[in-house]
Amino acid sequence: MEQDLEVDRVTKRYGPLTAVDSLSLSIAHGSFFSILGPSGCGKTTLLRIVAGFLAPDDGDVRIGGRSMRGVAPNRRPVNMVFQHLALFPMMTVGENVGYGLARRGVGRVEIASRVDAMLKRVGLPRAQDKRVDELSGGQRQRVAIARSLVLEPTLLLLDEPLGALDLKLREHMKIELKQLQADFGTTFVYITHDQSEALVLSDRVAVMNAGRFEQVGTPQELYYQPSTPFVAGFVGANNRVAGRAVRVDDEEVELSTADGLAVRARMRGAIAVGEPIEAFVRPEVVDLARDAGELPRAAQRFSGRVESLLFDGANSAVLVREERTHAEIRIALPQTGRFADLKVGETVAFGFDAQRAVCFRTSSHDN
Amino acid sequence: MLLLLAPAMVWLVGLIVLPHVDLAVLSLRARVAPRVYEVSLSQYRTFIDEPLYWHTFVRTAAMSILATVCTLLIAFPSAWYIAKIARGRAKSLLFVLCLIPFWVSETVRTLGWMILLRESGVLPRLLVDLGITAAPIEMLYHDATILVGLVYTSLLFMVVPLVGVLESLDDSLIEAAYDLGANGWSILRQIIVPHAAPGIAAGSIVVFMLTVGNYLTPTLLGGKNSLWFTEQIYTQFITRFNWEQGAAFGFLLLVLSTAIVWAGLALTGQRFGDVMRRS
Repeated sequence: MEQDLEVDRVTKRYGPLTAVDSLSLSIAHGSFFSILGPSGCGKTTLLRIVAGFLAPDDGDVRIGGRSMRGVAPNRRPVNMVFQHLALFPMMTVGENVGYGLARRGVGRVEIASRVDAMLKRVGLPRAQDKRVDELSGGQRQRVAIARSLVLEPTLLLLDEPLGALDLKLREHMKIELKQLQADFGTTFVYITHDQSEALVLSDRVAVMNAGRFEQVGTPQELYYQPSTPFVAGFVGANNRVAGRAVRVDDEEVELSTADGLAVRARMRGAIAVGEPIEAFVRPEVVDLARDAGELPRAAQRFSGRVESLLFDGANSAVLVREERTHAEIRIALPQTGRFADLKVGETVAFGFDAQRAVCFRTSSHDN
Repeated sequence: MLLLLAPAMVWLVGLIVLPHVDLAVLSLRARVAPRVYEVSLSQYRTFIDEPLYWHTFVRTAAMSILATVCTLLIAFPSAWYIAKIARGRAKSLLFVLCLIPFWVSETVRTLGWMILLRESGVLPRLLVDLGITAAPIEMLYHDATILVGLVYTSLLFMVVPLVGVLESLDDSLIEAAYDLGANGWSILRQIIVPHAAPGIAAGSIVVFMLTVGNYLTPTLLGGKNSLWFTEQIYTQFITRFNWEQGAAFGFLLLVLSTAIVWAGLALTGQRFGDVMRRS
C-alpha cells in the first residue's frame, strides 16, 4: 500500500533530554492516524519535525515518498491545524481559506470559486465575508481545516485541535472530524493526550511515552491486547495489581501481592517465577454479584465491601475493597440497572476470567 | 468617582485649555496703536505672506515625518527582538537599555552628541586618525544630524508600544502562515504589520508630536540653520516680544500636527480611539 508518511529513525535531543528517540513510523494513504501520549512525551516535537518547524538531529522524514530533508515548512505538501487553530483575526473567513492559494499565486477568480466550494463542503456556505470572531468554536475548527484542505495536502497534521473546546462541543467535533476525514480521504495525523479521542477517531494509534512508541496498532488492539504495561495503564481505565509471580503456566501466571491477594491473568512476554510483575484488569471485565454462586464458574472469585459508588450514567462504576487484603478494585456497573440499589458498605462478590486480564513483567525503569 | 478625575481635570483645564483659549484670543488681534488692539487676522496673513515662515513650517512637518519613519524602521527590529526572541533576564535588560538614555536630561544628552560630532570632537578626530578623512570635518549643523538627534530622543516612545503589540501576537499565527506557504516578507506584510498597526500608529503619533514640538534638539544640533518652527515661535515670544504673532504660530503648529496625525490615521484606515485603547 502507498505510504503517505514515512518517519525513519528520527531523533531529536534538547541538551541531555531526548525528546524523540529514534522513531520510525509509516502511515498509509487515506488513513486516520493518531499519536497518543501524556504531555511531555515528545508527540508535539515529532509533529513539528514532520511539519518542518524543527529539524531532526538524526533520521529522515519522507512524505509521499519524497525526502523532506532541507525542505522548509512553506514548501512541504503538509498542512497543520494548530492547537488554538491560529485563524488570522485580521482577515475574513474567505481570506483565511484563500490565504494559501493566494500565496501559491492562484488567480483571484479561481481562489474565490475554490474557497466557495470548500466552504460548502465543510458546511459553511456563504461564510466568506464573516469575521473570524463571529464564528462559534466548531465553525472555527471547520474553517481551520478548510484552510488547510483547500491546498490539497498529502498529509494533514492536527495538534490537539479539540483541546480548547468544552466537553459537549468536543464530543460533537470528534464525530465531525471523523466524517470530514472520510469525505476528503486525506491522510490525517492527529496528536492528542486524550485516549478517547484517539480511540474514537483513528484507524491506527501509536501510543508514545518518553520519546518512544510503546505500541502501534488499531484502537481494538491497544485496548484488548496492550503490549506494554504503559499502554495497559494509559489506554482506557484499568485496575493495576502489582506483586510477584508465584506460579507460571504456559499461558497464565498467578500473581501474589505483598498483602497476599492472589490473582491469575494471561501472560504477556516471558515471566519466570519470583519476578516482580503487574496485572491489569479492566473494570468491565469484572463481574459483580450479591451472591458468589451467581458468578460464572470459570471466574476466580473474591468478596469485598462497597467503598464508594461512582455514578456516571453509562460509565458508572463502584469501588470495592477486597475483604482479606483491603486491595481496592474498580468494577463497572452493568447497564441493566441490576445494581441500581447498591449501597456503600454492602458486601458483594466479584470475579473475573483470567484470560481477560493481562500480566507483564514490571519493567525496571518504572516503579 | 468624578472626584478621582478632579486633579487631572484641574491640570487639563488650568494648564492646557485656559492658556490655549488665551492664545487663541491673542492670535486674533492686532496692535493698531500703543495699547490699542483690534480683532484681525493679520497675524495669520503675515505667516502666508512671509515665505520664510511657511517654508520653516513645511520643512518642520517634512522632517518630523521623516524622523518618525526612521524611528519606526529602527525601533521595529529592536521591538521584535525584545518581544519575540529575548527571554527572561535578557528581555528586561534590553528594556532597561532602551530606558537608560532617559535618566540623563535631554540637554545633557544633546550636548553629548555635540561632543561627539563637532569639528574638534571625538568622531571627526577618529576619522582623521583612521586615515579616512584628511582634516576633521564638521558633523554638526546638518539636517542629518538633526534627524539622528530626533530619532535618538524618540526611540523609546516607539519601542514601548511596539513591544506591547508584538508580545500579544500569537506565534502560531506566524507558523500557520508559514505552513500555508507564505514567506518572510508576506508574513510581515499580511500578519505582523496588520496585527501591530495600533501600536505602530500609537508610537508614530507620540514620536511625531514630540518631534514636531521639539525645540532643544534641532536648535543645538542644527544651529542657526535648523529652521525649526518652534524656534520661530520662541523668537516671536521672547526675542521680538510679539506675543500676537507667536500665538498665531503656536496655533498653526497645533493645527498642523493634528492634521498630519488625522491624515496618517485616515491613510492607514484606523480610528484614534482604537489606537489609544489597544496600545
